[in-house]
Amino acid sequence: MALTPEEVRHIARLARVGLTDEDVRRFQAQLSSILDHFAALQAIPTDDVPPTAQPQDLINVDRDDEPRPSFPREEMLANAPEREDGYLRVRRVLE
Amino acid sequence: MTAATPLYQLTLREAAALLARREVSARELTQAYLDRIAAVEDKIRAFITVTPELALQQADEADARIRRGEAGPLTGVPMALKDVLVTRGVRTTCGSRMLERFVPPYDATVVQRLRAAGAVMLGKLNMDEFAMGSSTENSAFFPTANPWDLTRVPGGSSGGSAAAVAAGEAVYTLGSDTGGSIRQPASLCGVVGVKPTYGRVSRYGLVAFASSLDQIGPFTRDVADAALVLNAICGHDPCDSTSAPVEVPDFSAALTGDIRGLRVGVPLEYFDVEGMDPDVRARVEEAIALFERLGATIDRDLSLPSTPHALAVYYIIAPSEASANLARYDGVKYGFSDRNGATMWEDMERTRQFGFGDEVKRRIMLGTYALSAGYYDAYYLKAQKVRTLIRREFDAAFARCDVLLAPTSPTVAFRFGEKTADPLQMYLNDVFTIPANIAGIPAMSLPCGLVDGLPVGLQIMARPFDEATMLRAAYAYEQAAGFARLRPEL
Repeated sequence: MALTPEEVRHIARLARVGLTDEDVRRFQAQLSSILDHFAALQAIPTDDVPPTAQPQDLINVDRDDEPRPSFPREEMLANAPEREDGYLRVRRVLE
Repeated sequence: MTAATPLYQLTLREAAALLARREVSARELTQAYLDRIAAVEDKIRAFITVTPELALQQADEADARIRRGEAGPLTGVPMALKDVLVTRGVRTTCGSRMLERFVPPYDATVVQRLRAAGAVMLGKLNMDEFAMGSSTENSAFFPTANPWDLTRVPGGSSGGSAAAVAAGEAVYTLGSDTGGSIRQPASLCGVVGVKPTYGRVSRYGLVAFASSLDQIGPFTRDVADAALVLNAICGHDPCDSTSAPVEVPDFSAALTGDIRGLRVGVPLEYFDVEGMDPDVRARVEEAIALFERLGATIDRDLSLPSTPHALAVYYIIAPSEASANLARYDGVKYGFSDRNGATMWEDMERTRQFGFGDEVKRRIMLGTYALSAGYYDAYYLKAQKVRTLIRREFDAAFARCDVLLAPTSPTVAFRFGEKTADPLQMYLNDVFTIPANIAGIPAMSLPCGLVDGLPVGLQIMARPFDEATMLRAAYAYEQAAGFARLRPEL
């Protein structure tokens, strides 16, 4: 299962991870090799087998919709890379 | 324990007994561990952050509690935590540049429980970045050395947690296990490491890698200590919706020393693996023989045919879940943030390019690919179906066996750089540990001997929520085998 450089760049774009040309080459080889290893799964019969998303029977665990105190804003912004007037400052989102 | 046992070699129970008899104060005990850290850390490098002032302050609080007669089994005893667990006010890095300066505003539930028990925190421990790795060589900061041989790895991803206990830098530690990250380093460092049943321990405050696989667990010097720490951290938590609403028994009560009639299964597929060191296999076979002499019945006809597929299942499911869990690291709310790009998207791509190491990027991309349009059915959905088969095989095995025995790792500790050239070589270290995470069953590793002076781990697996039987089996073996007292010379 050989990935092309275009496929690697596409995956990286979906994952929002920047890659150099050297990175693309390296990951192309490594990911292709790993995916080859997984090809054997295709041969396993699983027609009537349900998927397991998580290893227990809990479904829709929720609590009563009652308001409760959250964290103070100052604490939440303490790790912010950039902030202004109590907001997180980011680059322009819409051009 | 004799009068001559250094304070840094005590078990949790021995330390608690000394504190109860007022032969030593929590402050003295804590200072002894801080001194030990100062003495060996330049060789071991288990810690990312040491917190001496906080530790001594907590020790003083513990001493006050002991004086009031309100001490519990963990009060005043120094421990340390894998840097994947958030600690309020104390830097938590996950071994990554992405969180190098991140200071959490809250404590993980397990941290809250240990604080409430009066535990003393010495610091935060080194790990493979975002828990991805089997050697701690993927830490963005520095590697940790195996106390048994400083040229070798301690295992991973909880390498710091295992090494700290082996080196006497903490009485016990916590780590996390997604594909073997507690058990494999426990095996390589000659200590006890337990991965509880999925859902036993709250994941609130455990920085997420793979949400359907991650569990927190203890590293200790012996099985009885592990039982005590497990009782402190296990239990339903409303803050974690995957936390099991199941009673937690007193695990210490299970340590009867009696395993007559215990039905032990030895699955064929765990002994017939390419790359397995024959001497490691020999140590495990000796352990199985001891189980039989102690009165257990051994079933060697047991087959778990999907075992060879577990690696592929894991390396599709775990990276897929990781690609979702690590999407939050975008340089907006916290963490490393590169603002040198031309646009918002370029900033985000640069943040993740420079904030993450190679293994993390590799897994994010694997997961993104496996979940993407056109590949979801062939990879992720297929892996989830094979996951069901693996779980069914364990369920069938536990209908006729009480516990399963297997090696923890195919080899003893390998040298730095030995397996870093090919990612797949590194992944193969986890062949024996991965199935338990996929099925969600409890599993542990404990020492079963040495090969060329390096520790070998025996793995024990049990039914969901049956840690009591697993610990009973482990304790009986440990007491008869005598490997719990082996220490590296440091």
